[in-house]
Amino acid sequence: MKKVMMGNHALSYGAMLARAQVVSAYPITPQTQVVELLSEMCADGTLEAQFIKVESEHSAMASCIGASVAGARAFTATSSQGLALMHEMLHWAGGGRHPIVMGEVNRAMAPGWSIWTDQNDSLSQRDTGWMQFYCSSNQEVVDTVIQAFKVAETLMIPAMVILDAFALSHTYEVVDVPEQALVDKYLPPFKPAIRLNPADPRAFGGLTGSEHYMELRYKLEKDMEKAPALIEETGREYEKLFGRRLGLIDAYRCDDADFVFVTSGTAGYTARVAVDELRASGVKAGNLRIKVFRPFPYRQVREVLGRVKKAAVLDRNCSYGAGGIFYQEVKSAVYSSPGMPPIFGYIAGLGGRDIMTDSFKEIAAHAASRDRADEEIVWIGVKK
Amino acid sequence: MVEIRFHGRGGQGTVVASKILADAIAKEGKWVQAYPEFGVERRGSPVVAFIRIDDKPIYDKSRIYTPDHVVVVDPTLVEAVDVTVGLKPGGTIIINSDRQSGDFAFNGKFNVRTIDATKIAVAHRLGNMATPIVNTAIAGAVIKILGLTKPEFLAAAIREGIGIKPEDNVLAAQDAYDMA
Repeated sequence: MKKVMMGNHALSYGAMLARAQVVSAYPITPQTQVVELLSEMCADGTLEAQFIKVESEHSAMASCIGASVAGARAFTATSSQGLALMHEMLHWAGGGRHPIVMGEVNRAMAPGWSIWTDQNDSLSQRDTGWMQFYCSSNQEVVDTVIQAFKVAETLMIPAMVILDAFALSHTYEVVDVPEQALVDKYLPPFKPAIRLNPADPRAFGGLTGSEHYMELRYKLEKDMEKAPALIEETGREYEKLFGRRLGLIDAYRCDDADFVFVTSGTAGYTARVAVDELRASGVKAGNLRIKVFRPFPYRQVREVLGRVKKAAVLDRNCSYGAGGIFYQEVKSAVYSSPGMPPIFGYIAGLGGRDIMTDSFKEIAAHAASRDRADEEIVWIGVKK
Repeated sequence: MVEIRFHGRGGQGTVVASKILADAIAKEGKWVQAYPEFGVERRGSPVVAFIRIDDKPIYDKSRIYTPDHVVVVDPTLVEAVDVTVGLKPGGTIIINSDRQSGDFAFNGKFNVRTIDATKIAVAHRLGNMATPIVNTAIAGAVIKILGLTKPEFLAAAIREGIGIKPEDNVLAAQDAYDMA
């Protein structure tokens, strides 16, 4: 069934179709409608879940961890300052192997106080042991929530489903809402091997000395390394049932491209339009959209970039002192592989500044004018 | 691709009007994207909303700067803001007004059409003359003037999306469609 819905409601529908059993969340602009609709669904019985009202995001994540330990499928959503407040609990969820799925609306960090989009909030949490899926359309949001639960519960690793503030969260788009019966077929109920159960008592999150701690982290990393193949496999399975492929990357017109943009989020879709326009003017451009940031799809990125002459990474974020975060990852993906192209790094769109097809044309022109990527950080659209 | 910008005042249902239109147009099998101004809205202050329509999936996620058409939900905005900013030459401006299109200074440069949505709304008991709820009447006029979709799709979208007085809203939209 096709329905016009905002990105925030696409998150709510994803959680509903995944049959989340516990929803605990604290509202924050621009995520509020996610929680509003889920609370209505819980109240009217559309979703048979326990809705837990909390006083902060820290408690929201703590409730989800408790629910997940008890064997319930748990969902929450937040943004920016709220995500930052959760930080301690994110490590608990990741390190404790609780497969919670969280909607994360990318909003710039304060100060200056901002409600508009950029990726510094989610990327600041990249080392917490969560998977990170970046979405470019509301369709991808609803589909990815469902897939994220499947991957998360298979690996016992939590996942964030990330979307841009306003450009997706408050933008209405046509969404083909997956059929519940097919979602049930795709995503079986959550049945963890070990859970909090008074009849079979176990301890969780206890003191772990140096004789055991490192092995827990080793296992987390090894299981995270299984995620790329599992994301591709469950993405193909999703395509069989729903006709839409989900995966680690989306390579658009890259096969015969000389020059490729590397993008994420909504900018990753606007880039496609720029690619078509550049192609029409004779530039053999392509767009490599990265859909999963953790685990980073190193091999897939390398495969695409090994075929092109130049690549330009667009970052809607900045790791101060090191530049764009996707740029660093892309460079490390190709490092030590022979025949890799020069890779240029660009920062644009911080704090909700628009990223347009013209922004990509400016990037393409800049990269075309240089043989080597010797400037570390190039800022697009900044007032000087 | 058709891009439309709506000008209204916070609380008048301008964003709802763009959402209802998006719903109606999607029922025809087209692709739509509708979004409000990215920010914080206050009751009574000027607000804008946008809609993109295409026969194929819409990948452009940037904002609309050069709309094909403009819809002015609140007639007082014609003096308060420049509703023609970025409007493509020859674009249509649809204004909720009891005046004639020739009364507007920018007529000639653009194709101005007026519809007395306030009168239609009040006739159907949707608000009153001080605070009329004109969004469904406006939507009826817009789909006719711009040839966007059929009135039955708009009626279905109103019934699904408007919780208060849906049938009165359907009638208001139909009246505006007939008069536009």
